Amino acid sequence: MDLTLTDAEEAFRRDARAWLRAHLPAQPLASMDTVAGFAQHRAWERRLFDAGYATVSWPAEFGGRGASLVEWLLFEEEYWAAGAPGRVSQNGIFLLAPTLFEFGTPEQRARFLPRMARGEDIWAQAWSEPEAGSDLAAVRSAAVRCAGGWRLTGQKTWSSRAAFADWAFGLFRTGPPGERHRGLTYFLVPLDAPGVTVRPIAQLDGEAGFAELFFDDVLVPVSDVLGAVGDGWRVAMSTASSERGLTLRSPGRFLATAQRLVALCRRTGAPAGLRDEVARAWADAQAYRLHTFGTVGRLLAGGAIGAEASLTKLFWSELDVGMHETALRLLEHRAELTGAAPDAVDAGRWLDGYLFALAGPIYAGTNEIQRNVVAQRVLGMPR
Amino acid sequence: MRFGYTDAQRALGAAVRDVLAERCPPEADRRGELWSRLAELGFFGMLVPAEHGGLGLSEVDAVLPLEELGRFAAPGPLLETAVVGPGVLAAAPSAASRFLPRLAAGECAVSVQFGPPAYAVDADVADLALILAREELVCVRGPELIAQPGVDPSRRLFTAVCGGTVAGGGGVAVGGGVAGGEVIAVGDEARRVVDRARHRGALGTAAQLLGLAGRLLEVSVTYAAQRRQFGRPIGAFQAVQHRLADVLLALEFARPLVHRAAFTLSRGDECARRDTSAAAAAAIEAAELAARAALQVHGAIGYTAELDLHRWLRRVWSLRAAWGSARWHRARVADALLGPAG
Repeated sequence: MDLTLTDAEEAFRRDARAWLRAHLPAQPLASMDTVAGFAQHRAWERRLFDAGYATVSWPAEFGGRGASLVEWLLFEEEYWAAGAPGRVSQNGIFLLAPTLFEFGTPEQRARFLPRMARGEDIWAQAWSEPEAGSDLAAVRSAAVRCAGGWRLTGQKTWSSRAAFADWAFGLFRTGPPGERHRGLTYFLVPLDAPGVTVRPIAQLDGEAGFAELFFDDVLVPVSDVLGAVGDGWRVAMSTASSERGLTLRSPGRFLATAQRLVALCRRTGAPAGLRDEVARAWADAQAYRLHTFGTVGRLLAGGAIGAEASLTKLFWSELDVGMHETALRLLEHRAELTGAAPDAVDAGRWLDGYLFALAGPIYAGTNEIQRNVVAQRVLGMPR
Repeated sequence: MRFGYTDAQRALGAAVRDVLAERCPPEADRRGELWSRLAELGFFGMLVPAEHGGLGLSEVDAVLPLEELGRFAAPGPLLETAVVGPGVLAAAPSAASRFLPRLAAGECAVSVQFGPPAYAVDADVADLALILAREELVCVRGPELIAQPGVDPSRRLFTAVCGGTVAGGGGVAVGGGVAGGEVIAVGDEARRVVDRARHRGALGTAAQLLGLAGRLLEVSVTYAAQRRQFGRPIGAFQAVQHRLADVLLALEFARPLVHRAAFTLSRGDECARRDTSAAAAAAIEAAELAARAALQVHGAIGYTAELDLHRWLRRVWSLRAAWGSARWHRARVADALLGPAG
């Protein structure tokens, strides 16, 4: 048990902090769910890449700097503490990339990873369908073998970033209908391919944070199948465990929110009940950080992240909502003000953050599904 | 950076678990066979310096053994003797050399009353009572005891009467008569020693509550798989599954705070108060959640004395405020983060 950092880790942290301080955009970027904001965020990804900070833990050949998992966590802490922009490339670098490293061919890795790291390809997810949300294995969008590859037909929805993204990854049925987890295959599809129609959907905040995707006989070459044909469920679960467990929502984001909540409470003052909630939020963010260090230790010892990723997802998603609810209670009558209001506190970030946080218990598998997974697959309760 | 335990630390925890599994029936004596077996393992000397016959280990080494004590709801002043006593006695050289070697050998059981903890646990079977009385921290043999029967009959509570303390000559007047007491520290030094002792006590209690919560969850999962209603095990119902998933969630995210607090204490870190209180608040709430869920999942049979479940429930109810309630601890975390309440 030793929570002290090595000299190299401390140096890495200092360098990252200094770079972020020197290069952070002077003005906050526009929402990444707008045309202008998406372009600004893509340009920011390129700046990160040029400095070697886009994908620190990847090998150099793919655009990373071969940092350790601990260093990656430290980078994330510095990144969010600095108030740096959200990562428009997150679906690619945090979700698809770990799956490419695990299941991709050398050719696929070489073709996709560097472009992803540079922000040249922004990826969207194509999991949910109108009739397959929590019950993902009910997907009906299908792929049929043809000369030159596969032809994809069907409809995907709630596809984050898809309004402006370049590529999507998702599950299509290659076996007979109704086979559920069997007979699914994981495809990579360019969103400008003939036959793809993208219909943006306005989210709760009014911006096009996700989209519906329609596939009408879209030709995809065999080289864009990730993993084995028919093995899509297993490949997708690797992506899902990254999404729930480690990479998508690392502790740094929540540590930064907790720290801001402490600062807010120091400014506003609070009755004992709310002080306790602030203390709880701070401790929970610490708990998530420490828990993650424990997970990293297990990974380094050759372990894998399994169903317990669902426990992690429950924790961070509910922590995020709780912290923002506490902040809004501290703000009282100003809680409802957007950043456009002259009286807004912290440029309306607590309201924005609250709306963002409320999606957490829904995406990446609803928290009801996560509790089922925890009960059945971690605790071993009967189905 | 290494947030985990060494093989040696795990082995010590496993050794304690083995002894408890073998020698800790629900009706175990507080100073009987279990006590001797733990003494043979070196359990009481974990935190006693080697020069006084102990193992000279740290709080981090003590966490897994303490979790096991909770798991088995082990009886007797084990925490007080093995975790709290050594630090207090070490503060006075004469007390250290007199008592620590015997404590390490399991021949000197300790009970403490610092307000908090308000009551001297198992003082009737202890050889020494460590008491904070006004400005003085004293070590007393055979104080007058007033029983304060509590919810957990295997964790007996007493008020040690320590009236009109008179320092001098190594003795204090206790309960009206000199009882071989000894002043360990006075004034600021006494408060400093007691503060550290409270941190260790709160940490040790938190670790025990993790063990208790784990045990309660385990028996609940087992019972929910066996008990059938409506033609299926009740554990197949989401209402039951989600309740127990929430217990695991609370437990698994309280655990790292407890482990970090142990690390903080082992380093003599200035964040000791904040980190132990964060750990204690989380562990208390996890154990309370586990207790409520366990009772509800067991239903009426859990609400009887026929099942051993009540022993674990009682231990949670007894420990949860023994070294400060969740609310008290959380307020301390808030004070550390936000400054004193206005």
